[in-house]
Amino acid sequence: MSYSAKVIDHYSNPRNMGSLDKNDPNVGTGIVGAPECGDVMKLQLRVNDGVIEDAKFKTFGCGSAIASSSLATEWLKGKTVDEAFTIKNTDIVSELSLPPVKIHCSVLAEDAIKAAIADFRKKNQAE
Amino acid sequence: MLKFPIFMDNHSTTPVDPRALEAMLPYFTQKFGNSASRNHAFGWEAESAVDRARGQLAQLIHCDPKEIIFTSGATESNNLALKGVAEMYRDRGDHMITVVTEHKAILDTAKRLEKTGLSVTYLTVDSNGLIDLTALRSAITDKTILISIMLANNEIGVIQPISEIGQLAKERGVLFHCDATQGVGKVPVDVRAMGIDLLSCSAHKMYGPKGVGALYVRKKNPRVRIAPLMDGGGHERGMRSGTLNVPAIVGFGMACEICEKEMAAESARLSQLRDRLSIRILEALDEVYLNGHPTQRLAQNLNMSFAYVEGESLLMGLKEVALSSGSACTTTTLEPSYVLRSLGVGSDLAHSSLRFGLGRFSTEEEVDYVAQRVIESVRRLREMSPLYEMAKEGIDLKSVQWAAH
Repeated sequence: MSYSAKVIDHYSNPRNMGSLDKNDPNVGTGIVGAPECGDVMKLQLRVNDGVIEDAKFKTFGCGSAIASSSLATEWLKGKTVDEAFTIKNTDIVSELSLPPVKIHCSVLAEDAIKAAIADFRKKNQAE
Repeated sequence: MLKFPIFMDNHSTTPVDPRALEAMLPYFTQKFGNSASRNHAFGWEAESAVDRARGQLAQLIHCDPKEIIFTSGATESNNLALKGVAEMYRDRGDHMITVVTEHKAILDTAKRLEKTGLSVTYLTVDSNGLIDLTALRSAITDKTILISIMLANNEIGVIQPISEIGQLAKERGVLFHCDATQGVGKVPVDVRAMGIDLLSCSAHKMYGPKGVGALYVRKKNPRVRIAPLMDGGGHERGMRSGTLNVPAIVGFGMACEICEKEMAAESARLSQLRDRLSIRILEALDEVYLNGHPTQRLAQNLNMSFAYVEGESLLMGLKEVALSSGSACTTTTLEPSYVLRSLGVGSDLAHSSLRFGLGRFSTEEEVDYVAQRVIESVRRLREMSPLYEMAKEGIDLKSVQWAAH
């Protein structure tokens, strides 16, 4: 498997790797994937006044999965929640030049964004 | 001085030993005869070189040189053995026994034979990767014509109880084929003492060239007969037509001779290096699991699972080391290693495995370097792993409802 320069860069220098406080009401957490399938992504975002001011990820998975989630956190920062919801897996595929066999990594990253947003919205609806 | 990249994938292939290469070279340009040319010196020269190689291999596996059929490699040998026996002994029975952890050259051949009406029993293995002899005994029926079980596994290096299998096969009058591709040249093989009727091996797994292998076919007690895969000039006692690859066969023979002479010392050295690699890793990292039997395995092999990190991303961090992983992402099927799954290793840990294959040219310096780099990479990826974080928080990962995809 050969990787694009961008995948290698994200793998070697992951952006925004880490965790936010999942109990913070302004933080949305999305965990997608399954260990049996070889990839699990945790993506978190902290929202301030409708704008995502911070995003973090942790990923168990191949290099492309790590790169997809690292890239997603970069894109999320500064976007409104509504804008973030429009990020598509295909954008990730073309930015990272993912081969067909790795498209599921980008799908997982999109799912993680949507799951994190859903978690944030649920938390803030309840209040 | 370390030279990069470091090759630690000797189960996939091995470099040609310079001594084997040296023996081969004259047979490309000067002694280029066809060993089947019976009426001139070029042919005789080639034939005598092939005969010498036949003798060298025969000595290594303890058979008569006439019982060796040269092929293009172990895949062909395995196909020839299974298909050849199935066709030749069809009137005697239509059942074969093999094992779920065999190489694809056996399993896919067996599957094809099933399509032609043969029935195949696939024995399972225990958590160490070993077959159960009692299960083998009860799988044999009146219709069984062949048992095919490998000597040493290509992923986990586990060595099956070959002599016991051979004895059982003999008692029940069933032929025994052994895919010994990973074993010949590394562990002592004696086809007579072990009761093996057919044996496959390959030169490039034992420091010989690629593109040449052999099938041992027993001539006496019983005389084994197989139908050829290819029709042609009737080379190799009619079992494998096609002009012999003389230079490669010469290299194969020399590789056998070197293995026979150096096997004991080499195994001792490599098992020490392998243990050093294993101990260093186990001392530095928690939740690392050895795959396969702890002692009944090749000295060259180490297969480990590193919980909470995925194998392909681990390999990516070890770019300067040539290793292999049971991770699905390193294959095109997206399924993790079927061998590890057969041992009952969970998919998560099968995805997290690395196979280390030491070889003749591995050094202590390389082992220390690889151990250190593996430790660093696993630590880095665990910091990045949500699973590791959850486990450290005390969450039982098995209790989590994962959204499978």
